[in-house]
Amino acid sequence: MTGVQTKAGTDEAFPLFGRIGADAGREAVLAHLAEAARTVRRRDIQVVHDAGQGHIGGEFSVIDLLVTLYMHVMNVSPELLDAPERDRLILSKGHAAAALYTVLAARGYIGRDELKTFVQPLSRLNGHPARTKIDAVEASTGPLGHGLPIAVGTAVAAKLDRSERRTFVILGDGELQEGSNWEAFMTAGNQRLDRLVAVVDRNRLQQGADVAQTNDLEPLADKLRAFGWDVHEVDGHDHGALIDTFAGVPALSGRPTFVIAHTDKGYPVSYMRDQVSWHHKVPTAEHVRIALDELGNQ
Amino acid sequence: MTTALERQLHDCRETWAATLTDLARNDRDIVAVVNDSVGSSKLNAFQTEFSDRVINVGIAEQDMVGVGAGLANGGKIPFVSAAACFLTARALEQIKVDAAYSESNIKLIGQSPGMAYGELGPTHHSIEDLAWLRAIPGLTVIVPADRRETAEVIRWAAEHPGPVFVRVSRMPVPDVMPEDYRFVPGHAVTLRDGRDVTIAATGTVVSRALEAAELAGAEGIDVRVLAVPTIKPFDNDAIVRAARETAGIVTLEEASVVGGLGGVVAETVVRRHPAPVRILGVPDEFAPTGSASWLLDHYGVNATEALRACRELVATE
Repeated sequence: MTGVQTKAGTDEAFPLFGRIGADAGREAVLAHLAEAARTVRRRDIQVVHDAGQGHIGGEFSVIDLLVTLYMHVMNVSPELLDAPERDRLILSKGHAAAALYTVLAARGYIGRDELKTFVQPLSRLNGHPARTKIDAVEASTGPLGHGLPIAVGTAVAAKLDRSERRTFVILGDGELQEGSNWEAFMTAGNQRLDRLVAVVDRNRLQQGADVAQTNDLEPLADKLRAFGWDVHEVDGHDHGALIDTFAGVPALSGRPTFVIAHTDKGYPVSYMRDQVSWHHKVPTAEHVRIALDELGNQ
Repeated sequence: MTTALERQLHDCRETWAATLTDLARNDRDIVAVVNDSVGSSKLNAFQTEFSDRVINVGIAEQDMVGVGAGLANGGKIPFVSAAACFLTARALEQIKVDAAYSESNIKLIGQSPGMAYGELGPTHHSIEDLAWLRAIPGLTVIVPADRRETAEVIRWAAEHPGPVFVRVSRMPVPDVMPEDYRFVPGHAVTLRDGRDVTIAATGTVVSRALEAAELAGAEGIDVRVLAVPTIKPFDNDAIVRAARETAGIVTLEEASVVGGLGGVVAETVVRRHPAPVRILGVPDEFAPTGSASWLLDHYGVNATEALRACRELVATE
């Protein structure tokens, strides 16, 4: 140990991050999101280290998406938990649960100290998110291929009610190998769900190997266009680009939006980045120290 | 003697569809989710009246149940209606996770269950559904016996906030429940009291249990007939009373002998009051070609075999 305290929730200040609107100005929004993402990553790696469990590689690839959506894009807040008009976000790649919990804690949905209970006996913070345990979780996920059909149903409900609310669903790229997604891609296109946004965390790695070497998805954008979706590609770690992409939704009437967010597994930590071995490897105290150093200790 | 099976027969799908249509007129949140199963679910009139409230995902069962869960998230009351064999087998993980584990307000309607698709073969039979679904925590599993109970159950399901699975029979059945019958979840119904032996039956074959009891009465055997609409949660007390007060229990169901009504009755008596049990249902094998009624008779899921089992239990008491 090199002076790093690794009990999450006790080692450093972990401020709340509210939702920042566009009226704050672009620079302020980007600074807010950058600090939130940095803080969430710092806490998340400690949570996973302390618990001895997690999927840190895929958590670090998705954190910028979660932070951008929860801290800026979506019309959600802890005060609007049951509001019918709230936007919906479903984390279909439920194995990134610790990242979601850390974002929810940073946003004030759950207590920041509660992160210490991740996967401990009787904790609400199960290894995969459960909607019955945490109100802010819109769908129980974990088994892959569940989130998109649920998001389609939520979007159909909004359309029936002529609601303006949007539904976001974040999928892993390896997850797209599940056939249920392709059933739902067809349904969403045919139902013309233009307030549905599916975001794929395109980190190119699944549990055991490269996605391309396992069961390749390409040409992914062409496939989704053929299914009737409006496809966008964006740097999934560029908050500004993500904001611009989401602000333009729906871009085409009657077409659901598919965002290919190009990310790196383990981003931005040097030893983790693009390494398939970091799918669910547990960081040691030394790993944590290096990551905190790289993420900035300030 | 007029037996139950000689009475007028009814397709419970007609009742389910009429009941849902009636409910939908008073509740705009009720929607139907189907897998190209409008016709086989008898929902043509519903679709004509509420064209925007039928979400047809096509032949895509996992998507169908997930979409239902999403509709529930959006405040709707989805009735997901599909052939029981595909609904429960293809979408079993969605039923477990999206419906039950998530405590979604979703109604899963298994059409044409059991041996209803007779000649179409074991691919289309749904005899494992009760075993699969009753192993899932929090899911209510209901098998109505006739059109009256079907209507009652559909009305109850629309009001009940939570995941429910209901079998809706295709094989025509006579009316067996009393005219003033009201469905109460988790309660077995004593259709005929008796002191000697008990037949516990569920769904389409309740009429066959009543027929067996009539035949037994002519032989001087006093048979109690319990109709068991709710497989889960289960009326353990009614079964324990039957185990205490009669020579034993014969179970009768249009389902596999593995893990259905027979299974839950056996588990109950073993735990609380050991008693002889005879489980009549579809044996643990893939059925040969034949119509639904032929197959049920072939496998002894009928009055004749129920009567034989009653005689054995009384004789060995």
